Amino acid sequence: MHTEEDHGHHHKETFVTKYIFSQDHKMISKQYLITGLFMGIIGIAMSLLFRLQLAWPEQPFGIFEVLLGKWAPDGVMDPNVYLALVTIHGTIMVFFVLTAGLSGTFSNLLIPLQIGARDMASGLLNMISFWLFFLSSTIMVMSLFVEAGPAAAGWTIYPPLSALPQAQPGSGTGMTLWLVSMAIFIASSLLGSLNYIVTVINLRTKGMSMTRLPLTIWAFFVTAIIGVVSFPVLLSAALLLIMDRSFGTSFFLSDIFIQGEVLHYQGGSPVLYEHLFWFLGHPEVYIVLLPALGITSEIIATNARKPIFGYRAMVASILAIAFLSTIVWGHHMFISGMNPFLGSVFTFTTLLIAIPSAVKAFNYITTLWKGNLQLNPAMLFSIGLVSTFITGGLTGIILGDSTLDINVHDTYFVVAHFHLVMGISALYGLFAGVYHWFPKMFGRMMNKNLGYVHFWVTAVCAYGVFFPMHFIGMAGLPRRYYTNTAFPYFDDLADINILITVFALIAGAAQIVFLYNFIHSMFYGKKTVQNPWRSNTLEWTAPVEHFHGNWEGEIPHVHRWAYDYSKPGHEEDFIPQHIPLKKGEEELQH
Amino acid sequence: MNIFLILSVLVLIAISIWQITKIFELSQAKKVNTQVADDDDNNLNGKLMFAFLIFIYGITIFSFWSYGDVLLPNSASEHGADYDNLMWISFAIIFFVQTITQALLHYFSYKYRGEKGKKALFYADNEKLEMIWTIIPVITLAGLILYGLYTWTDIMTVEENDEALVVELYAQQFNWKARYAGEDGVLGDANVRFLQDFEGRNLVGIDATDPNGFDDVVVQELHLPEGREVIFKMRSQDVLHSAYMPHFRAQMNCVPGMITEFAFTPNKTTEEMRQDPDITAKVKKINKIRVEKSKELVASGDMALDPYEFDFLLLCNKICGASHYNMQMKIIVETEQEFEEWMNSQQTFAEVIQ
Repeated sequence: MHTEEDHGHHHKETFVTKYIFSQDHKMISKQYLITGLFMGIIGIAMSLLFRLQLAWPEQPFGIFEVLLGKWAPDGVMDPNVYLALVTIHGTIMVFFVLTAGLSGTFSNLLIPLQIGARDMASGLLNMISFWLFFLSSTIMVMSLFVEAGPAAAGWTIYPPLSALPQAQPGSGTGMTLWLVSMAIFIASSLLGSLNYIVTVINLRTKGMSMTRLPLTIWAFFVTAIIGVVSFPVLLSAALLLIMDRSFGTSFFLSDIFIQGEVLHYQGGSPVLYEHLFWFLGHPEVYIVLLPALGITSEIIATNARKPIFGYRAMVASILAIAFLSTIVWGHHMFISGMNPFLGSVFTFTTLLIAIPSAVKAFNYITTLWKGNLQLNPAMLFSIGLVSTFITGGLTGIILGDSTLDINVHDTYFVVAHFHLVMGISALYGLFAGVYHWFPKMFGRMMNKNLGYVHFWVTAVCAYGVFFPMHFIGMAGLPRRYYTNTAFPYFDDLADINILITVFALIAGAAQIVFLYNFIHSMFYGKKTVQNPWRSNTLEWTAPVEHFHGNWEGEIPHVHRWAYDYSKPGHEEDFIPQHIPLKKGEEELQH
Repeated sequence: MNIFLILSVLVLIAISIWQITKIFELSQAKKVNTQVADDDDNNLNGKLMFAFLIFIYGITIFSFWSYGDVLLPNSASEHGADYDNLMWISFAIIFFVQTITQALLHYFSYKYRGEKGKKALFYADNEKLEMIWTIIPVITLAGLILYGLYTWTDIMTVEENDEALVVELYAQQFNWKARYAGEDGVLGDANVRFLQDFEGRNLVGIDATDPNGFDDVVVQELHLPEGREVIFKMRSQDVLHSAYMPHFRAQMNCVPGMITEFAFTPNKTTEEMRQDPDITAKVKKINKIRVEKSKELVASGDMALDPYEFDFLLLCNKICGASHYNMQMKIIVETEQEFEEWMNSQQTFAEVIQ
């Protein structure tokens, strides 16, 4: 008891230990967020560049030359650079923004605060985890300035394209840096995940049983487990690829003739790489998505002023999704040359995922029913997430079906599908989380009207970009084409491409509003009260002011679940978790 | 046209930023600004939620109205009809679910928008309801899975037979070649090690010691006879490629170091496709676009574009390097007789290396 009391007191902190090498989870969470947002700006800006190229392939753009220099002489983009932009956009958005930026930020912020812990199980590991992430981000950004250009083999970096510098210029130093950066990123992610798992298991406050955990924590916890199970496999793929590239082994390469030369590689198989990659690659989708769904569950319940509908079913579906996510990777490989029977098995497991996903969607909708919806920006983004999750998820039924995949595999149909279901949905989760927990992070409120503008412009544009994109995919247009003009057959798709780019540019502009709001509110936003959203979870019982240890004095004990909103027989429409049950009050059995 | 579009985008961006600053100033001017949604916010955004539902329906209808004609090109293979059937059934289900769920989501967001003093319904669980929306997807998906797997097995089961035409598709950065097995119906052994034999005339690396290879024919334009099964054997000499033939509902990766397979039976000749009303409409539309574009080109001193004529396509659909976007081969489907004539005019491997 004595040591616990000690922790609650203010430590003397220097500038370096407070802002840079901090071990406080709240500071680390802010560091993750700001690094993630910075990477996000790069990733989104890249997408706008290649969208310009796709809409007006024959039009030189001065901006290309300004930003890309010798890779876009006279404003005409080089095809290799186009591929590099696509590759780095994918890598940055999937790993650096939506994995580290989203999960890193909110797992760090919320796990200790919502379970009632002074900090993560290991503050030191947590700090190391962030700085490894920072290092890997730095290396990834550095790779953009390499002489021959950054990695350009697609974010999946399939060998032999990624293994042979002869095959494309980006597979030289650029790819080496990509691999090094990812290896460090994986180390960071593993340290973070282990920390989250241990913290959730060991450091829950008195009364915080697993069945009283907020759904955010369930989502972060399960996400961390998926990460620990699958990220090491990507690390092994990256290491084997490094061996093939630099030490002459043949894990993934065989029988290659390139640039007039027969290479010595014998007996390897690129299909092996595909298996290893997607063993992480598919769970990665859920590593990105589950935290967003957890955040949304919390925000929707709070702002609907209603308990989340079907808490047990929500937890069960998170677990089911997590389990299934590790046995569906082959649906990325239906036409890779693997045995068609294996394709049947993966079709089966893949389509099963639709069941827990449907349960989640219906539970969200029912939570809204007869609520008293507080439509603040965080709530709008959460509802937006449910909408894009449904739209994007449904086309998964087509792509997950091996037969139908034959003709739409690797077309824009896939691009539209995964951008809606994981890209946009997870981004909405990130935005919702920022709007909702900004007061907790910075002690100030964000401007809600700017938030509304941000949401509505983004929401319209997200559909404007990705809905028509399904059509060009169904028309048979492959992704990762520098231009469609080599095929007169696709000439009638030019209009759609222009429409998509216009929406994308407007969406990009709307993100400036968010950035402005974020930075401005950080310094000049209105000071917040302790519990601005009148929420039940424990983080709002901690004082607005941050200090290492979270609570002055004793950590609050928990007496009820997190979703006692509008419970009959109570004056207020919320009852925080640390309030004991009234005499004769029944706790919900869940 | 393009400049007009860019300008309009810039104007739109400028307007939105101007509007945003205006809203921002207004919000600052308010004396009490709690930043928590009040009744006005809930009312406005609730209504916007309903408007957004109409927007989603609107963009769906708009897309189908203006772009519906590009969806899923006419099929030209025997299994194409099964594929399309499954596709449209899946689509119908998806559209049904999409329409209903988006309506519920946005309607509830509008209907139950918050009001001061209102209290929400405490409603945490209903096992019956949850059972219903677990069981319904289970049944629907079971149907789709069964139908899908049945079709999949049908398409993917390749059985060697004497009737079938065996064709090797050979991929390299950045072009395609095809090899026919010749009279004996057997492809000669091949490996990239033999590519440099015969001063580069051995285009796909046939092993000159294997007698099966002598009558093989290597070409750069794919000809297929109508109504006969074609078994493709795919190879690649450098990186991954993917042989994608959208009109035949066919796709398979080409993997260095292994041979992959796909089979289908073309059931429409190129000529028949060109007569198809859908295709003629498409070609007309494309040529209209090309004529417009040619006018601009000629005005700036460039060559006009050739008029477009329909041909079946083989595209590369796995990122393979700089010219990935232009790795293509023409496919010509013709009658058995025309095919035989064409085949007889080609040089065999034995003739090439003489």
